[in-house]
Amino acid sequence: MKRRRPRPPVTEHSQAFSFTRRAIVLGAGQGVVAAALGARMAWISIAENERYKLLSESNRVQMRLIPPRRGWIVDRYGQPIAINRSDFRVDLIPDRLKEPERVLAELIQLLELPPDEVDRIREGLAGAAGYQPVPVAENLPFEKYAAITVRLAELPGVSPLRAFSRFYPEGPAVAHLVGYVGSPSKEDYQAENKNPLLITPGFKVGKDELEKTMEQRLRGRPGAQRIEVTAHGKLVRELSTLPDRTGGVLPLTIDIGLHTYAARRLGDQSGSIVVLDCQNGDVLAMASMPAYDPNSFSDGISHKEWDMMAEDERHPMINKVLQGLYPSGSTIKPLMSLAFLEKGISPKATVTCTGAYRVGNAIFHCDKHHGTLAMHEAIEKSCDIYFYHTSLQAGPEVISSMAHRMGFGEKFDIPVPTQRFGTVPDPEWMVRKYKRKWEMYDTINMSIGQGNVLVNPLQLAVMAARIGSGKALVPRILRGQPGGEPPPLPVTPEHLAFVRDAMKDVVNRAGTALIARLPVDGVLLAGKTGTAQVRRITMAERNSGGVRKNESLAWKMRDHSLFVGFAPYDKPRYACAVIVEHGGWGATVAAPMCRDTLTYLFDKAKAMAALTALEEQWGGTLAERMKRRADAWRPSATPPQPAETPRPAAITQNPRQPPTKVT
Amino acid sequence: MRSHSPIPAPIADLPWRMLLLVTFITSFGLLVLYSAAGAHLMPWALPQGVRFVVFLGLAIAISRVPIQRIKAFAFPVYGGVLLLLLLVEVLGFVGKGAQRWLSLGFMNLQPSELMKPVIILAIARFYDLLPVAELRRFNALWPAAAMIGIPAALILIQPDLGTAVMVVAGGITVMFLAGLPLRLFAGGAAFVAVAGPIAFSFLHEYQRQRVLIFMNPEADPSGAGYHIRQSQIAIGSGGLFGKGFLNGTQSHLQYLPENHTDFIFATMAEEWGLLGGVLIIAAYALVIKWGIGVALEAKDRFSRLTAAGLTTTIFFYVAINLMMVMGLAPVVGIPLPLVSYGGSAMLTVMLCLGALMAIERNARKR
Repeated sequence: MKRRRPRPPVTEHSQAFSFTRRAIVLGAGQGVVAAALGARMAWISIAENERYKLLSESNRVQMRLIPPRRGWIVDRYGQPIAINRSDFRVDLIPDRLKEPERVLAELIQLLELPPDEVDRIREGLAGAAGYQPVPVAENLPFEKYAAITVRLAELPGVSPLRAFSRFYPEGPAVAHLVGYVGSPSKEDYQAENKNPLLITPGFKVGKDELEKTMEQRLRGRPGAQRIEVTAHGKLVRELSTLPDRTGGVLPLTIDIGLHTYAARRLGDQSGSIVVLDCQNGDVLAMASMPAYDPNSFSDGISHKEWDMMAEDERHPMINKVLQGLYPSGSTIKPLMSLAFLEKGISPKATVTCTGAYRVGNAIFHCDKHHGTLAMHEAIEKSCDIYFYHTSLQAGPEVISSMAHRMGFGEKFDIPVPTQRFGTVPDPEWMVRKYKRKWEMYDTINMSIGQGNVLVNPLQLAVMAARIGSGKALVPRILRGQPGGEPPPLPVTPEHLAFVRDAMKDVVNRAGTALIARLPVDGVLLAGKTGTAQVRRITMAERNSGGVRKNESLAWKMRDHSLFVGFAPYDKPRYACAVIVEHGGWGATVAAPMCRDTLTYLFDKAKAMAALTALEEQWGGTLAERMKRRADAWRPSATPPQPAETPRPAAITQNPRQPPTKVT
Repeated sequence: MRSHSPIPAPIADLPWRMLLLVTFITSFGLLVLYSAAGAHLMPWALPQGVRFVVFLGLAIAISRVPIQRIKAFAFPVYGGVLLLLLLVEVLGFVGKGAQRWLSLGFMNLQPSELMKPVIILAIARFYDLLPVAELRRFNALWPAAAMIGIPAALILIQPDLGTAVMVVAGGITVMFLAGLPLRLFAGGAAFVAVAGPIAFSFLHEYQRQRVLIFMNPEADPSGAGYHIRQSQIAIGSGGLFGKGFLNGTQSHLQYLPENHTDFIFATMAEEWGLLGGVLIIAAYALVIKWGIGVALEAKDRFSRLTAAGLTTTIFFYVAINLMMVMGLAPVVGIPLPLVSYGGSAMLTVMLCLGALMAIERNARKR
């Protein structure tokens, strides 16, 4: 049997003893815990001190990039075209934004944001990637900026900043010359291997034209700032700063005074003016109007503004100098004459103009009955019949070759994102493109610059400059490019002299553009008008009281008005090309613009006086008229669409139909 | 001897050494609160100082209460606090949400906080009443277990894991000191080791999260492990002598959460370094040593158990908080008494000290 060990009886005394023993054990245990805590603390603060110091520093100190100031864009005399302006701005950092609706509501109230701006911000937030900042407002007055900074603690995700913004003193006049800047898109960020600079608030990249193509040169190097921040990202103080390095200055061949003058001179017309230096190909002006305001584009543009631009039939979003293609119309005739002379056709050979010309069973028309005339007079009076007839003798090959030599169909080495260079047709091209044989009427259409001939305004100016100078010069827009004397044009100098003389008489004797005569003593302008038809004139229309006047037609149906010229006639320095879309007769619209623009180069005061008088008629300066248009647009609300609407496809000014041909 | 002293006996009789230690700890805490507020007395240091003076007066008043009266009130007070706990539960249920306190208008009363010292009194009173011969019987175990288990369960479902653990630990400590057989505690420890993981699955999601983070705080440093990690960074970056008064970056730049309440030790350690930390720990150790000494000197069973239990309650406060801020325990929301901003913990500790002084006075008288 198991024997139970007798338990000692529990007495008051033994219980007190047990208590003392246990209390001492308990106290000792507590002492051990205290010692362990001390040891643990010593371990953290001595042995791991270095590591935790580092962690505490990296908590406290943040590196912040300072967006570099963009390089200036200046004209040939160092006058500013694009500069930087110090401004106060506010951005939203989507990743830090906890309650977008509440924060946005506060911002709307503090900054008095208009509804279409709010829509733009909302879309920006929807499409932004993580830390990519969405601009809320730029160019803020200090009071509003301060109102945001004092409430920063209740506005997580809002980043107020003093930064630099791009400023274009001439506004819309230079929009198509230099483009604009904007916040980098998601695609930009990916394309640059997630360069952190691209998601720095206030940083902008070039979005179009020179700002885009010259981005790397203009960008500069970012600075950096070591700042002490709280756990909520609030700046406590700056510790040290490495300054940014401003981007390189980009000097252009442009004469900004002339360029702006040309832009203003276009008025409310849709068109472009190009001025070249006949000696070296420097582009002095290349205005395309109407245009958007690059200053407001660089701030981020609302839908309304975008829609207003995109829906405008005058295409303010398109650089017409390089992306507009037009039939050359009669401005091709000097070039045509050079081809005839090269083919050995005598300049004295005459053709009789009766107003109509029959080839097979088709009749081609002229605008007048010119009677019997030779080459010089045909250029001067712009007689179509002469060119129909003589071009058939010369044949399409020599014509096409001469057109190429004058720069038609040529793509120039100009740093722009898109350049459309048009068409110079020839029999081989016809087979390739339309799978049909070259016909006689193709030659006839080509002889007056219609049919398949398509040029851009720069090419027209190059033609004028090449005829004027006799040099095979190419246009250039960046200054400081290795140039050198351009080689002579592969055209007989006597032929050029003949054509130049005829072009002088277009303006100065009894030609089509007497209106373009320069109001400057001793300087003669030589030029050629052009009227490019964009619609088909039917026989029925001719029979019922004649061809309709341009004024009676819808704007879109009217003829394009063109003019090319160079001056002074005897020692050409400047060449100019003007195209006014649907402007009507070349002589009445484009020619005076060329006259005034070139006058600016010889007698500024006279030119300005002419412009001031015109602007009064039109109802104010360019800026005033643009503002009025924008205000008129604003009330008519349209539903918002995606922010990154693709650019409207470039316009083609190609009617793609034979002009006066009636079968 | 004492009658010859020019200082009146009631004042000279006070345990001045302990009171000085407590005043030192609190004053150090006030400095840290002043720094945490960005070198301002408001909103923390001044109210805390005022509160300390009031509670110190309360503690000295309690020290004059005869031990017989404290003994007589042990059970009624326990019942009252238990009722309050139930009331909180009911109000919380009605108000749809966790509630730990009752609003009295002038202050928020947290009954679970009061339960910490009261459970000690009640269990001590229970073993005081129990005949010594009964100690090895089952009757010595179950009433005490129930007295601990019911309030602990009520607190756990509030949910307040930290306080529940302290109530249970305090109660068990008194049971241990009362002389229950050691095998019970060994068996209990073994049971906890086995049942712990099962109990873990019954915890609230946020409580479970805290335990997991405690196991591996680096796993998600910017998320839920943030508290522990930032606290260790603050302590570790302080080094031996600290970054200097008012120079803590972790606390001033708000990286350290709760820098004036539960994590005030980290705030202090960042500015005062290991030196400051060791001073605080040593001061607490001396207070606790004094408490254990009172228990050993006490003449009757109730006094002994109560003194040791209340001392252990103070110990648990300090130990759990320090283990938490140093990454040795999960974040359970136990403040560092006297130093952390807030009245509840300070009140509890001063009540404990008041009772300890009463016991000490009683022991000396006889």
